[in-house]
Amino acid sequence: MYPRATLVDLYRTVYTIRAFENRCIKLYRQGLIRGYFHPYLGQEAIAAGVCAALGPQDYIVSNHRGHGHCIARGADLGRMTAELLGKATGYCGGRGGSMHIADSETGNLGANGIVGAGIPIGVGAALGARIRGEDRVTAVFFSDGASNNGVFPEAMNLAAIWGLAVIFVLENNQYAVSTPVESVTRDPDLYKRGLAYGIESFPVDGNDVVEVYAKSCEAAATCRRGDGPVLIEAKTYRQMGHHVNDPGLYMPRDRLAHYKSRDPVEMAAGRVLALDHSASADLQDIRSVVDTEIEAAVTFATDSPAPCPQQFLERTEGY
Amino acid sequence: MAEQVTDATIIAPARTVKYREALNEALREEMQRDPSVFLMGIGIAERGGSYRVTEGLMDEFGPSRVIDTPISEASFTGAAVGAAITGMRPVVEILFVDFALLALDQLINQAAKYRFFTNDAGCVPLVIRTQGGVGNGLAAQHSQSLEALFYHIPGLKLVAPATPYDAKGLLKSAIRCDDPVVFMEHKLLYTTAGDIPTDEYCVELGKADTKRTGSDLTLIAWSNMVPRSLAAAEALAAAGVDVEVVDPRSLVPLDTETILASVSKTRRALIVQEAVRRGGVASDIASIIHEELYGRLAAPARILAGRNTPIPFNLALERACIPQEADIVAAAQALAQG
Repeated sequence: MYPRATLVDLYRTVYTIRAFENRCIKLYRQGLIRGYFHPYLGQEAIAAGVCAALGPQDYIVSNHRGHGHCIARGADLGRMTAELLGKATGYCGGRGGSMHIADSETGNLGANGIVGAGIPIGVGAALGARIRGEDRVTAVFFSDGASNNGVFPEAMNLAAIWGLAVIFVLENNQYAVSTPVESVTRDPDLYKRGLAYGIESFPVDGNDVVEVYAKSCEAAATCRRGDGPVLIEAKTYRQMGHHVNDPGLYMPRDRLAHYKSRDPVEMAAGRVLALDHSASADLQDIRSVVDTEIEAAVTFATDSPAPCPQQFLERTEGY
Repeated sequence: MAEQVTDATIIAPARTVKYREALNEALREEMQRDPSVFLMGIGIAERGGSYRVTEGLMDEFGPSRVIDTPISEASFTGAAVGAAITGMRPVVEILFVDFALLALDQLINQAAKYRFFTNDAGCVPLVIRTQGGVGNGLAAQHSQSLEALFYHIPGLKLVAPATPYDAKGLLKSAIRCDDPVVFMEHKLLYTTAGDIPTDEYCVELGKADTKRTGSDLTLIAWSNMVPRSLAAAEALAAAGVDVEVVDPRSLVPLDTETILASVSKTRRALIVQEAVRRGGVASDIASIIHEELYGRLAAPARILAGRNTPIPFNLALERACIPQEADIVAAAQALAQG
């Protein structure tokens, strides 16, 4: 059993991701955010649980559905929002947008617009750390969709033969864009693929932040002992279409309803309340504080200057 | 960026080494100098590489810095990107440039864009050593000259040395460069020999080298077309045509200043390229020459390039696809008289 403070911290992260996504989706609908925006709604417990199990020296590799990973790693909400708005103060100075945020201060090696591409990059970060003799774990977030790209088995094999400290976090949200996982794989228990490469692999309930956290702590310990890599398949469900403009009509209503009844934010609250029946007010306070932080981030972002085209052209001369 | 050392003039005492030995020296020196430099590739550790470029390095630096990989080009290149963005300086060997096609996502979508996306907060000090060009009957999937693919991509640097001197000096600079460098060797050059200084030196990226001075015509060539063009230049000299041979050495950045200065002087340019003509680097160089020197040229710049076809296996057919010395002589003579 975890102490109350741990459960509250996990709740705070899960809620922050949820509130950030909802607020930014509103900005998107207002036409203030352009391009592709892949919401992390429904998967919040995975980023929150995994990142809580990591230390400040550790790395993560994110993907196109990456806002949750950034937040769980402690990214600055103002700079994140500014990047979504394409502002000069954003993480990429307006060069990247939603799919390309990286944050060296929190060891976030970056999101990615190419499904699966981050997997070998994470393996390389772990390889570099090993050559330098550093105690660092690298958690690589990717999806069921990415698991059908060749770099997944290749990179898993590299990490396996070199015994690297990598946690492969396969977020099985059951859709590769609009394609249901069961139609593109014979065995939907994707963690079993890791077993074929001789690495410790197991499924977790990706909607339960406490379970994700517990299993991630074990995975991190395994990696630090030198027995990595580890593959975690976090079973979950997207609560929206592939991106904000995808209504997700292909998602069966009963299935969506089932997973919404196991909503990660509600479940995280439930974990706190199960330990402390009188925690409701504290959770409400957390929500108010987080909402205020997010509003401050939005204000910072909207007030921030746009990047200067002239300066951009000068700085990219050498490309 | 690399330390600047005066190039082209080799200060005595010099030694004669093979191209592959020069590359080996560059790797060894940079690994001795900087513990963040490490090597990855297929068969590079125990075996020392198919072209023996990494011979002896595992014995000196151990298996943690000279790493044999499975045949997983996309992923070991991706791993090199991941190591590079977290402070290492990986040098990856991709056995044939034809195989680099398996790693293009990592090179083009990842390595070439990371600095950009991070608004210059991050960088990718990565070298991809690979080799291209025809050998002797290696057929269409082991003989391509694909430099134009990389030339086209903002965020990548591209080097194609022709001599042991350039190979060593440029590889050292490429390893010290904070951006991804595609380092294109040529399979027919590995056993060619040349002089290099005894003292340490680097060759700066983006500096062309005038390999032969002349007044009638500028011949622009890189990689294995350099020795062939120099041989053609000797034949042309005997026929009364005085040729200047300019080797850009690095294609990105491209030293247009040296190229344009030479062509301004000779007023005639012939660009010799092993790669197929369509969409090639030669076409871009020709367009730069025309754009900058139109009206001052005695004749339009000419391109002598590989034929637009996959490379055939049969040696006579292979030769028919690639500019030969006699082709260069003929093209230069026609241009000099035009």
